[in-house]
Formats: sequence, C-alpha cells, structure tokens
Amino acid sequence: MLERRAAVAALLGNRPDDLFVVTGLGSTTWDVASLGESERDFYLWGAMGGAAMIGLGIALAQPKRRVLVLTGDGEMLMGMGSLATVGIQKPKNLAIVVFDNGVYGETGMQPSHTQGGVDLLKVAEACGIGARLDVYDEAGLRDLAKRLAGLNETLFARVRIAADDPPRVLPTRDGVELKQRFRRAIGV
Amino acid sequence: MDWPDKIFAALKRANISQAGYVPDAGHSRLIDLCRADAKMRDVVLTTEEEGVALCAGAWLGGERSVLLMQSSGVGNCINMLSLIRTCRFPLLMLVTMRGEWEEFNPWQVPMGSIVEPTLKLCDMQVVRANAPDEVEPAVTKAIEQVFKNETAVAVLLSQQLIGRKQWTK
Repeated sequence: MLERRAAVAALLGNRPDDLFVVTGLGSTTWDVASLGESERDFYLWGAMGGAAMIGLGIALAQPKRRVLVLTGDGEMLMGMGSLATVGIQKPKNLAIVVFDNGVYGETGMQPSHTQGGVDLLKVAEACGIGARLDVYDEAGLRDLAKRLAGLNETLFARVRIAADDPPRVLPTRDGVELKQRFRRAIGV
Repeated sequence: MDWPDKIFAALKRANISQAGYVPDAGHSRLIDLCRADAKMRDVVLTTEEEGVALCAGAWLGGERSVLLMQSSGVGNCINMLSLIRTCRFPLLMLVTMRGEWEEFNPWQVPMGSIVEPTLKLCDMQVVRANAPDEVEPAVTKAIEQVFKNETAVAVLLSQQLIGRKQWTK
C-alpha cells in the first residue's frame, strides 16, 4: 500500500513550472505543504467539496497552464457533482487526483463511502472523463507524474493510499495571502 | 422583456468570460445568450455551490465570472461562501426570486423569504431590482463594486420581473 507522503513526493517532487495545484481540505493540504509551500499552490482549509470546481475555474481561465486538483476521497465525495460538471467542460489542462484511503482522516478515521464500495474511478468514467488511472504502486505513480507533466486531456486518477495519519504540515491559513500570491505566481 | 439582454451586454462590457449557472426559468434568456456567445464560457452546474467555487477559481486564473441562480439556490451556497469571505474573492451573483409574488408553489416560499438576510449574514452586499428599468443600473453598479473593490454582491431580480409561472396550459 502506498504511503501518502511518499506518493505526493513522487507526484510533485519534480513538478513542472507551469503546474498549478489546488489541494482539498484537509490531509492533501498537509501532504502538499510537506514538500514546502509554493506560491503555485492554493491550499484549502475549508470549502469542503469545492476543490475540483476551483481547479476547473483556473483551468478554463488559463488554458496554457496545467492545473492539478489533489484531494481526498471524502472531499471528492462531497463535491461528486462537480465531476459531472468537469465531464461536460473537459478542459485539456485539468487533472483531478484523489488520494483514496477509504477513511475521513481529519475526523477520527471513520469509514468513507469508498470503503463501502463506492468507486470514484467509475463515477469519473460515468461522468465522461475519458482519461483515467488507477494507481496502487510506485510504477503507477511514476506513470501518473509523467501524465501530469505532459497533460493534454482531462485526467482523473485514483491513488490508493494507506489509511495512516502522518504529522500535519501546515501552510499559511491566511486566505487573502493565498489568493494574492497564487495570482502573482500565475501572472495576473 | 429586454432586461436579460441588458444584463448580458453589461457582462460583456465588463469582460466577464465565465458564466456558471443552474438552469432556471427566470434566467433562461440570459443563459441562452451566454451559451450562444463564443467568448463566454457557459458552465452548467449540478448545484449552485459548485458555482461559488468556480468563480473563485476563475479569479485565481485572472478571469471575471458571474453566477446565475434562482433563490432556492442561495441556500445551497452557504458554506462555500466562506471561501469568498475568507479569501476576499470578488463574486457577482444574479438571483431570480421565487416565493415572493404571485407564487403558486408554497415550497418556494421558505427559501425565497430568507434570501436577503441569509446573504447579508454571509457578508454579501444585496441590491434588488423590482422593475425592468432598475435592472441594468443595479447590475452595472454591482459589477463595478465586485471587481474594482473585490467584494461579493448579489443582485436580486424580483419575481415581479419574471411573472407568474404557468402551471397549466
């Protein structure tokens, strides 16, 4: 089983300059922050269920930049309708990657729907997202990192990770600062 | 009834290029105009809260956006509006009102009747247009307020503008 911090490092340790990242509340925010805060990251500390739609808005506004939404299964489940919305828009420069451990890590490891059999990969398929990856080992992570670097179609990936709870790494929680520096980084 | 055309012209003048919406009878003309315009990205949503997040993303990417909904959709947005307030994102919401004038369907009344105080509690400015000639000035001022001052404004379009929904032919 993949460990989440090693997985995020494999995906973003060597990220291209034009890859902008939106993280979901909450563990994926700490995961991405564990690599060092970047002005190209928009870390969500709230707005649960909104990560994919924020990514969609950025992707539509910046067709020449690549956008990665990295979120957890619980956050994705809360915004599952947004997969339908993304499936209609299909921006070529948007990837949604779900770290799926089948539990709500922030609230005491209660089982999520994915542990009960709900398959987000099939949801993405049913929503018309053509490019999908099921990642469960290091070779899969390497393949996904390559796909992100050369992203040219809407991509959905599920990364199966262990249900552990590594130490939190907290980025700034000042929303105005996060917004302003992201806009500077993207050049608007 | 040309107020939707005037709204659309105001959106275009302001370089608004993303329009998120949940299909709504009161906004049907405006939605058609957005869908027909090659430079306006129309984004149909499954629920209005998606649109709040979309508008935040559009601004992060340097584009201006608008969110169209009916009054019942305001209730679907509440928690997502914390994103707007915490990060001080600009947000332009155009809300067609139900449940307030010649409403046949009592199920529209509970949400319609609390739209204004609810939005104010969420730290949004609220302006209302009751008559056709009030729409364009309200929307134009709202656009200015939203994008020049990075604030969140909702324009409520009174049910009197839209008329009574026909339930039987």
